[in-house]
Amino acid sequence: MLTYALRRLLWSAATLWLMSLLVFAGVHAIGDPVALLISPQADQAEIARATALLGLDQPLWRQYLLFFSGALSGDLGLSFVASVPAIHLILERLPATLELALVAMLIAVGLGIPLGLYAGLRPRSWPARAVMALSTLGFALPTFWVGLMLILVFAVQLGLLPSTGRGATVEIGGIGWSLFTVDGLRHLLLPALTLALFKLGLLIRLTRAGTREALGLDYTRFARAKGLAETAVLRRHVLPNILIPVVTVAALEFGSLIAFAIVTETVFAWPGMGKLLIESINLLDRPVIVAYLLVTITLFIAINLLADLLHALLDPRLRPGGTI
Amino acid sequence: MTFRSRNLITSLLLLAGLHAITASAAELRIGLSGEVTSLDPHFLAAQPNLTVARHVFESLTDVDPQTRLIPGLAERWRAIDTLTWEFNLRRDARFHDGSPLTADDVAFSLARPLSIKGSPGGFAAFVRAVASTTVVDAHTIRVRTKYPYGALPEDLNSILIVSKKHAENAGPEDFDSGRAMVGTGPYRFVRYQRGDRLELARSEHWWGKAAPWDRVTLRVIPADPSRTAALLAGELDVIEHVPSADINNINKNNKLRVIQTTSWRTILLHLDQYRAQPPGITDTAGKPLAANPLMDIRVRRAISKAIHREAIAAKVMEGLAIPAANIVSPGVFGHNGTLKAEAYDLEGARKLLAEAGYPNGFRITLTGPNNRYINDEQVLQAVAQMLTRAGIQTRVEAMPMSAFLGRVRKEETAVSLLGWGSFAADLALRSLVAAPNAEKGYGAWNWGRYSNPKIDSLMEQALASVDRTKREALAREGNTLAMQDLAFIPVHHQVVSWAMRANLAYAARTDEFTFAHHFTPR
Amino acid sequence: MTGAAPLQLQWAAFNRDNIARVALWLLVLLVAAALAAPLLSPQNPYDLAQLDIMDARQAPGTVAGAGYKLWLGSDDQGRDMLSAILHGLRISLAVAGIATVIAMGIGLVAGLTAARAGGWIDLALMRLADLQLSFPSILVALILLALTGQGLDRIIVALVVVQWAYYARTVRAAAITELKREYIEAAVCAGVRPLRLLWRHLLPNIMPPLMVVGTVQMAQAVALEATLSFLGLGLPITEPSLGLLIANGYTHLLSGKYWISFFPGLALLALIVTLNLVGDRLRDVFDPRSR
Repeated sequence: MLTYALRRLLWSAATLWLMSLLVFAGVHAIGDPVALLISPQADQAEIARATALLGLDQPLWRQYLLFFSGALSGDLGLSFVASVPAIHLILERLPATLELALVAMLIAVGLGIPLGLYAGLRPRSWPARAVMALSTLGFALPTFWVGLMLILVFAVQLGLLPSTGRGATVEIGGIGWSLFTVDGLRHLLLPALTLALFKLGLLIRLTRAGTREALGLDYTRFARAKGLAETAVLRRHVLPNILIPVVTVAALEFGSLIAFAIVTETVFAWPGMGKLLIESINLLDRPVIVAYLLVTITLFIAINLLADLLHALLDPRLRPGGTI
Repeated sequence: MTFRSRNLITSLLLLAGLHAITASAAELRIGLSGEVTSLDPHFLAAQPNLTVARHVFESLTDVDPQTRLIPGLAERWRAIDTLTWEFNLRRDARFHDGSPLTADDVAFSLARPLSIKGSPGGFAAFVRAVASTTVVDAHTIRVRTKYPYGALPEDLNSILIVSKKHAENAGPEDFDSGRAMVGTGPYRFVRYQRGDRLELARSEHWWGKAAPWDRVTLRVIPADPSRTAALLAGELDVIEHVPSADINNINKNNKLRVIQTTSWRTILLHLDQYRAQPPGITDTAGKPLAANPLMDIRVRRAISKAIHREAIAAKVMEGLAIPAANIVSPGVFGHNGTLKAEAYDLEGARKLLAEAGYPNGFRITLTGPNNRYINDEQVLQAVAQMLTRAGIQTRVEAMPMSAFLGRVRKEETAVSLLGWGSFAADLALRSLVAAPNAEKGYGAWNWGRYSNPKIDSLMEQALASVDRTKREALAREGNTLAMQDLAFIPVHHQVVSWAMRANLAYAARTDEFTFAHHFTPR
Repeated sequence: MTGAAPLQLQWAAFNRDNIARVALWLLVLLVAAALAAPLLSPQNPYDLAQLDIMDARQAPGTVAGAGYKLWLGSDDQGRDMLSAILHGLRISLAVAGIATVIAMGIGLVAGLTAARAGGWIDLALMRLADLQLSFPSILVALILLALTGQGLDRIIVALVVVQWAYYARTVRAAAITELKREYIEAAVCAGVRPLRLLWRHLLPNIMPPLMVVGTVQMAQAVALEATLSFLGLGLPITEPSLGLLIANGYTHLLSGKYWISFFPGLALLALIVTLNLVGDRLRDVFDPRSR
């Protein structure tokens, strides 16, 4: 088990390094940050000075070496536009994105599992079909469109919820969270719902499929035939069967929520990492783009690693040597 | 149990009271369109950063809403000789900590931009002409320039004056934290949440007429529809850069109003003037042409005639533009009011093309940004439509500004769209029209490399004049010549707009700045 | 499981569900409309000379300067929305379709190779697929497009990169199951050539799950392309896909000029929903457990 864990860890480190190389080379292939950021009054000498200042006159491999040696000690460079360490900018925005993704996941799980269960138990009923239609809509509607519609209805027309931005925060562990204030929750609701819609559709489908599969199993049929009450069948046979895959998928999908938050944050002016990424791409703030990608990649690798290790722990067949 | 329910009641009360609190007359909530990257007023010369900084800091010279120079922290200034300027500071200007403004603070602030590390877009360009500064007394400072330079007062408008006591040894992070955010301006720093908002409070020490707002919140909402939605939902009192699509609707809403004026930003097309075979330009079959058609004034004139400027202003910009015939907007130093925008003349354009030897037209690629200027992508397409109709088959390449500038720097574009805002025609000529000359710093944005020694000399004479009347006449002449020779194709001057609650008023600014202290209740 | 009879049975099973049948016909209709777009459209929305900004943002039902009726209104360039939607449908379908076919092809080759070769080749291929799957599609596509620039070909490449791993895993799983079956072993023993074996025996059995994944992934591809266009990294503006049309109309949503993004949105919705419904039904039909 330990060797397995170590091997996975090594594999993750190699992935991260490879990604850093790709990302660095890629990001440095686009545009000309100096041309974009320089004051319009600047002359050629000023442009050359700024280029040298950012080290952009150096060959790419030297820039990468500089970056890499810094990265080893946790320094991903200074933001071009804020003169603040890029990693600092990202971490500063991380809580906002995390709480958005967390609430979205809670909405998706909290609504998706019951609705999916219902659709699985009564597949031919009209409400179940409506639920399935909803799940398809969740897949089909573009996030940006849904977001603006929600703003239009709930903020502009009804005036029930705030349209954009993040609400009041409270400090917990030195980090500001808006999750624990009423104002914060009011601001969170619409963007979280927008972000949750896709995953809601996914979870409804997963749960429904799992439920139907479980209902088709012999022992469940037997239990039902025996006259076991519906709720008991649900509790003893269906739920245990679907919960593990559903929870696993939910955990894995958390990473993708963070990525998809890019769009939601842009629409709702949510001061998270995703909005920062879009701003940084617009301003060609290369260190921040690289830092964002490396932080999210690390996050995904960590999530996957954790899920894998957990699986291996639960299911010895998954360890190397066994088949997947 | 009782504790918990009391908490609930408090929360509900808070919820209900939220509107009452936020609607208080003494607070102004403004939605900005551009991301603020740093509060350090000397770090990055970007409009959003300056908007925020100018609430807290001021400069020696100021400009009125029509971009004309007015006294700022210097109540007057004059050129003692062709190389020396003397600025007399206001005696009633005080920093937020109560200490008076002195010439030492000014000297420190003028030197600071050059000492800042790590910024690609700093303010060095605005102090490049400065050779030295001399503090004469606590309220007088002399600036010596390296060469006769009449635009020094304009340039110094961009350098904000910080407190030497607080900003000495302070880096950008000290401004972000508020520690060094001590200026002489109408508002003092309260709280900054990067990427979200800046909260300000009225300074009791400001020398000007007290601003009507006790508290000001500047929120950053770059997505256009979201900014409008926040105004419609009543969460903001003012938004800047109203999306053209929403102007009609807001005007119809009797709780809101729109205020607009001509912006200093001119939208123009740079045409390749230096390559025999510029990229993307071929005959209609895709084969290379014998010569660069854009070097022919008849072809440039045809392009200008083919562009239906009124239609673009009315249909594409939905009123947020006026047809341009000048390098600078109406009212700006050096504008020539007698120049008239080229009238739309499709037949004339075709005739000129035929005369120039292109009866069947040719192909070009029009390149420009899709996220920088008002409806830039739509303007590109509309121009392409019009040129195609005249026989110049036009392909559009619209891309984010970041990618676009990269392409331009690699000289991969031949017909490129650019927007330019300037305080004065001679300054604009120096950047846009003067033959590129790295040594003198001319033509850094003259992408087409248009070159006309006569215009260059007029521009040089203008900039060297410390006599403003003489300088404006020269600048105007240079501007006129550049327009007659179509050094570039002027398309339109943008119109800048603000939407606000109906009970507010704003002196709309040509330089597009949004200042809380210029909003008044009505 | 081979031959024509089961296919007929499956078709009958598919047909038993009314919703799925309607969805399939609607999908066929959409594809037909996309193919016939140049014939059905009153205007060629890609020919700049046919556009006139004097017709910009006209409400549905207005008559354009050129004489035809703008049934669904026009956008800010004076594009007839109906023509733009038909052509946009064509582009969206073409982009997603081509990307799906290429990704499927790569997935098929990779999956079969992995299943047949086993050992370290299998391990390497599946590790690569896992790596790919562990990164959210939007992030991968966003980076790729930011790096390579915009264009039809670039976006297809990005979609292929994002999707091949799904097919590879599906094919590998199906192939491993099939390879263990007796008839394959028997055929191998009887000296049937590998290619023939693949063509006659493996493929027909791998196709059903592949089709299921394919329809769902194609819907995802259409949606992803729309989102990328919204972020300004999609297709060229002068040849808008459905997603780009919606993104263009986005700024007009608050102004009451709903048609600029509503109708393309409706078309996109119809396309994605029908693809998903057909995919769902295929899964039900092919997967006996959930029947």
